[in-house]
Amino acid sequence: MKLRRTMLFVPGNDPGKLLNAGVYHPDSIIFDLEDAVSINEKDAARDLVKNAIKYNEYPCEVGVRVNHISTPFGYDDLEEILKVCPDFIRLPKSEAEEDIVAVDKIISQAEQKYGYEPGKIKMVLTIETAKGILNSYKLAIASKRVVAIGMGAEDLAADLKATRSKGGQEINFARSQLLLSARAAGVQAIDNVFADVSDIEGFTADVQMGKQLGFDGKSVIHPKHVALVHQIYSPAENEIVKAQKILLAYQEALANKSGVIALDGKMIDAPIVDRAERVLRYAQAMGIIQDGDGK
Amino acid sequence: MINAVGRQIPEVIGKKTITPYQGPWASLPSWAHSAKSIDAASSTKLVKSVADVIDAVDLRDGMTISFHHHLRNGDYVMKLVIDAIAKKGIRGLTLAASSLSAVQDAIVPHIEAGVITALDTSGIRGEIGKLVTDGKLRQPVMIRTHGGRARAIESGELHIDVAFIAAPTCDMYGNINGVDGPSACGSMGYAMVDAGYAEKVVAITDNLVPHPLQYISIPQTQVDFIVKVDKIGDPSGISTGSLRISKDPKELLISEYAATVIEHSGLFRDGFSLQLGSGGASLSAAHFIQKKMKAKGITASFGVGGITGVFVEMMEQGLVNMLFDTQDFDLPSINSLKQNPNHVEMTASYYANPAAKGPIVNQVDAVILSATEVDIDFNVNVLTGSNGKLMGAPGGHPDTAAGSRLSIIALPLIRGRRPVVREKVRTIVTPGDTVDVVVTERGVAVNPRRKDLIDNLRGSNLPLMSIEELQQAAYKITGTPDPLPEGGEVVGLVEYRDGTIIDVIRSLKG
Repeated sequence: MKLRRTMLFVPGNDPGKLLNAGVYHPDSIIFDLEDAVSINEKDAARDLVKNAIKYNEYPCEVGVRVNHISTPFGYDDLEEILKVCPDFIRLPKSEAEEDIVAVDKIISQAEQKYGYEPGKIKMVLTIETAKGILNSYKLAIASKRVVAIGMGAEDLAADLKATRSKGGQEINFARSQLLLSARAAGVQAIDNVFADVSDIEGFTADVQMGKQLGFDGKSVIHPKHVALVHQIYSPAENEIVKAQKILLAYQEALANKSGVIALDGKMIDAPIVDRAERVLRYAQAMGIIQDGDGK
Repeated sequence: MINAVGRQIPEVIGKKTITPYQGPWASLPSWAHSAKSIDAASSTKLVKSVADVIDAVDLRDGMTISFHHHLRNGDYVMKLVIDAIAKKGIRGLTLAASSLSAVQDAIVPHIEAGVITALDTSGIRGEIGKLVTDGKLRQPVMIRTHGGRARAIESGELHIDVAFIAAPTCDMYGNINGVDGPSACGSMGYAMVDAGYAEKVVAITDNLVPHPLQYISIPQTQVDFIVKVDKIGDPSGISTGSLRISKDPKELLISEYAATVIEHSGLFRDGFSLQLGSGGASLSAAHFIQKKMKAKGITASFGVGGITGVFVEMMEQGLVNMLFDTQDFDLPSINSLKQNPNHVEMTASYYANPAAKGPIVNQVDAVILSATEVDIDFNVNVLTGSNGKLMGAPGGHPDTAAGSRLSIIALPLIRGRRPVVREKVRTIVTPGDTVDVVVTERGVAVNPRRKDLIDNLRGSNLPLMSIEELQQAAYKITGTPDPLPEGGEVVGLVEYRDGTIIDVIRSLKG
C-alpha cells in the first residue's frame, strides 16, 4: 500500500504555491478547489490546477479536492480536472454512499473517455458531519477507488455543536470511529488538519496522538509541517531492528516450511508480521534503511 | 580580448590599459602601499560649515572624493556635501563611494550637470544605475569588490583626495566611532580604509562630544577637519530594529539545504568558522546551523560579515566565540559591537583585501551567499539583473568566495517568471572557479571540481543534481529565455579583486 504520511493541502488559486508544492516532498499533494478558494475564484482556480497538473512535474502523487457535487461547482470541477488524470479525487463532505457511487461513476466515464487504465484514479474521502462519521465504514466501502478516509475536524466540531480545543478531546470519539471504519474497510486512515500553524508544540502533540491511535498519516496545511510529521511517523531504531528480525525469522520459517514461527522465545503471528512490514515501510520512506534491508 | 571566463574585454578604456581576468589566483603580485602626505593639523579641527570645509581642504576640479555606505539608505551626508560642492562651481570630480544605496539617487542632478563625472564603487542601483546603463557618464563606472576597493586604495591605484566621513559620533579632536549617537551604524569598516589613505579627511557629525572618545574606530591622527551638522542620517534607513527569520517556506527550505551542505561538508567540526550575509536565505540558514551545532555539541571559532542580530545571538549563546565585523545591519549588532569585547570591528582590508598579508576571508570555512543569477559554469552575477540593469553590489561576494573553503550560493531556482540558474549570466562578478555549491529549493548542485565535497554530500539526504539539470529544471518551468540583447558601448568595468577586469557593463540604449 502506498505510504501517505502527509497529504499537503495547497490552495488552488495561488500559482506560486501550485508550482512549488513538490519541493517540500510530502507523500501526497492535494490541490484545493474547495474551502481555500472563494466563490468568485472557483473557475480561475480550476483552470490553474488543471494546468499545474498538466504541465508541472511533481515528485509524489497529486490529488484534487473538488467541490461537493451538491454545489454548483462540483461537476464542473470533476469534468475539467479528470481531463488531466489526477492520482486521486478528494471528496469533501462525504456523507451519503450514493454521492460516492455517483462520483465513482463520473470517474469511470472519464477513464474510459480519455483511455486511462480503469480504476487508476483513486478517491480519498473527507468526512465532516456526524452522519458521515456514523456512516464512515459504508462510505469507505462504497467504491473500490476509496484508498483513504479522513476527517474535516472544524466542520465536524460545528456539526457536533462542540467547542474546539487545542487538545481536541471533543472529536476523540469521531477520530476513533474514523480509524475503526478505515481499518474495517481496509483503507488508510488520515488524521485531520491541525489548524493553528504557529503552534508547533500543539501540532507535534496532535501528530503523536494520531500516530499512537494508529493513523497512517496526516493532512497538513503548511509545508513546514511535512518534515515534522515524517519525523514523528519515523520508527525508532529499536523498532526497526526488531521489525527486521521478525521479518527475517518469518522468511526463514517460510523457507523451511516451518509451521510455527518464534523469535526470542515468542511466537510470531500474522499481525506481528504485518506490523513489522509497516514499520519498515515508514523507515524506508525516511531513508533510514534502504529498500531491501531486512528482507 | 577574451578573458579567462570567456568575456570580451576591451584592451584600452580611455587612457586606462585593461588587464583581463586570468583566474582567481593568477594575478596576485605584491603591491607597494601608497602613503598620504603628512601635514600637522591645527589645534582646532572644527570648521563652521560644509562650505567652509570644502575651502579648507582646497577641493578643486577633477579631484576624487570618497564616502562610506555605513548609513546605507538613511545617509544624508553625500547629498549635503555634493550640494555644497556644486554651489562652489567645482566640477569633474570622481565619486569613490564604498557603495551607492537608492537614497543616493538624490545626486543624479549633479552627475547630469558634470559636478561628478566618474564613479568608483562596490554597489550601484536605482537611478544612478540607470544613468550609467543609459550611457550618460563620460567614462565607464569602475565597480570593485570590497576587498578590491581596499587594495586599490592602499596601493594608490584609487587615490582619494578628500574623504568625507559621516561620523555617528566624533569628539572635538576627530576621534570617530559608529556605535554611539542618534545615527549609530555600528562598524565603520569601509570608512576606516578611506580615512587611512585619503589626502584629507573630513568628519561630518551630528553628535560632537568632548575629547576623548572612549570607543574609537577612526583615530584623531587621521582626521583633518570636523563639521557639525543637524543630522547625518535617518536611523530608520540605517538599520532595522531586528532582522527576523523568514516565514516563507521556500526560503526556509533553501536555507535548510544550505545548512545541511555545511553539516555534511567535512568542515562542520568544533572550531569551524562561518560567514553569513544579511540576505534572507543566509539569515534563516543561521537558524538551522544553530540547531545542528547544538545537536553535534560544537562551537564556531569565529563568524565574519556584515553582522546581524542572528549572529550576535549565536555568540551570546556561546555557539560562536568571536565576531569580525565590517558593517552592521540591525540594532542588536550595533549594541553588541559596543559592549562585547569578543565582537571586533575590522577594516575592509582586514576583511577581504587580496593584497593584504592574509585577510580574514582566507580563514573562513563556510560562507552562504546570495546572487541575482548563476550559470552552468557556476559563474555568479550579483550586480545586474538578467535584463542588464544595474541593481546590486559585488560587495565582498568575490572576496569571500575566493577566500573561503566552502562557498555556497543560496537562491530560488526561479524569480518571478525568470530562471535564476541559466546557461550564461548577464554579468560575471564571482568566477565559477571559486563557487562550490549552488543551493535551490529544487536541487543542490556541487561544482564538479569539488569531488571531495560531492563524496561528502552523498551521505546526506540532499537532492543532489548537476548544475545542468538544475538549469533544465528551471527552463522547463519558465521556457528558454530569449537571448539577451548585446548592449551598446562599455559603460562599466567589473573589476575582480586582484585588479583585473572580469566583465564589462554595456549600455542598454535602444
